[in-house]
Amino acid sequence: MDLPRIWRLKSQRYKLEGSQCKSCQKLSFPPVQVCSDCRSQEIEPFRFAGKGSVYSFSTVYNPLTQFTEFVPYVVALIDLAEGPRITAQLTDVKPEDVSIGMKVEMVIRKISEQSDKGAIVYGYKFRPPIK
Amino acid sequence: MKRLLQPTRETGIVGYGAYIPRCRITAKEISTIWRGGRDIDNLPVDEISLPGPDEDVVTMSIEAAQNALLRAGISPDEIRAVYTGSESHPYAVKTTGTLIAEVLDIAPHTSAADLQFGCKAGSEALLAGVGLVGSGMADYAMALGVDSAQARPADELEYTAAAGAAALILGPATEAVAVLEGAYSYVTDTPDFFRRAYRKYPEHGNRFTGDPGYFKHIQASISTLMEEMQLRPEDISALVLHQPNERFPRKAAKTLGFSQTQLETGLLARKLGNTYSSSALLGLTAVLDSAKPGDRILMAGYGAGAGSDAFCFVVTDRILTMRDKAPDTHTYIYRTLPVDYLTYARLKGKINTGGE
Ligand SMILES: [Zn+2]
Repeated sequence: MDLPRIWRLKSQRYKLEGSQCKSCQKLSFPPVQVCSDCRSQEIEPFRFAGKGSVYSFSTVYNPLTQFTEFVPYVVALIDLAEGPRITAQLTDVKPEDVSIGMKVEMVIRKISEQSDKGAIVYGYKFRPPIK
Repeated sequence: MKRLLQPTRETGIVGYGAYIPRCRITAKEISTIWRGGRDIDNLPVDEISLPGPDEDVVTMSIEAAQNALLRAGISPDEIRAVYTGSESHPYAVKTTGTLIAEVLDIAPHTSAADLQFGCKAGSEALLAGVGLVGSGMADYAMALGVDSAQARPADELEYTAAAGAAALILGPATEAVAVLEGAYSYVTDTPDFFRRAYRKYPEHGNRFTGDPGYFKHIQASISTLMEEMQLRPEDISALVLHQPNERFPRKAAKTLGFSQTQLETGLLARKLGNTYSSSALLGLTAVLDSAKPGDRILMAGYGAGAGSDAFCFVVTDRILTMRDKAPDTHTYIYRTLPVDYLTYARLKGKINTGGE
């Protein structure tokens, strides 16, 4: 159980907080220290709205131990409305109902729970929009 | 002796939100598994809501609270308290409220506390929030009633133990969709239902659940509140009661002199089961979804142990412009994924996988 890591990543996981380059405006998720386009180090936090669409996806049947309770589940590459492409689990959808281009929205769900005595990790997943 | 609870500053609900997970199992399916279907003509509800594999009190709270914030239209950092009422907090020690506050940008300038009082933890949170805002200590407070109830396999509680969340943001009456006119709380020590620490499933003292528990307390809270406020049943547009099943609130409403019509909009048990701490609050969100300005709403929570909190609200004009800013309660009620008993057993952690 990596508690420092859970704590360090909470803004990313809870708020979909990435970064924006102050000189060329490039958006990144996860956040970067140095802009990959213009090498500027003037970077500020940027909060993504949590809307996007599925670029590609794959169904997981043989997961890491901490994800066993979610099997089968879908991991997708998601194009966020603001630009960056991120990887996230989909939820509230059957694997057979997922399609490329499908609109999705961010929700906060349990990411993993390693045992009944460890910390529970929460963070973003994506689902088909509720309305 | 003043028994009515009234804030010194006029206070009301400035935002409300519901969340119900989409999985459902029918009571009929449960009956088929454990009773060979012998009681299918006499089941307490049609179906119950269940959390998905990645949902719990924290995640359900967050979506309900987001909906409340969308309606309130306030900046989250203006909220000074997150009170979460539940009997299924994911941690025994570590507050649910801090996570909600962090995710929603309410933190860090806020207090957070988890409350428990059987199924009335949510109305307890509401009362605490009213206290904070109504005294002028804070402008806004959030109260949540959330649960993901557990029942021992084959126990009759399995028919109704459901999941849901409701969030209310309390604030000044001038910004409210529903202004609080008065509240009243009534408790006695009653052994109708309890769960010891470290036990997964609750125990219920059968002979205490009906008359000495639910009916005595809920009737006392409603009738005292009405007496103190000089209200008669015909002054009330909608009555919302805690709903452990469909029959109890119907019977209590009748005894109190209300018609079944007054109860209808806020009675969700047939479709959802008993959503415990969110039960009465979700009834209230459903009523607010279709309320008219001027409507007077009476709501009473009930918690085993036992007690009942009753509240009287009057709906304002602001309801008309505010309610469409977030999904309504029925959006979640109609969003369903039927599951069988095996899937249900897996989702509820009733399958022993041989781990610790
Ligand atoms: Zn740049």
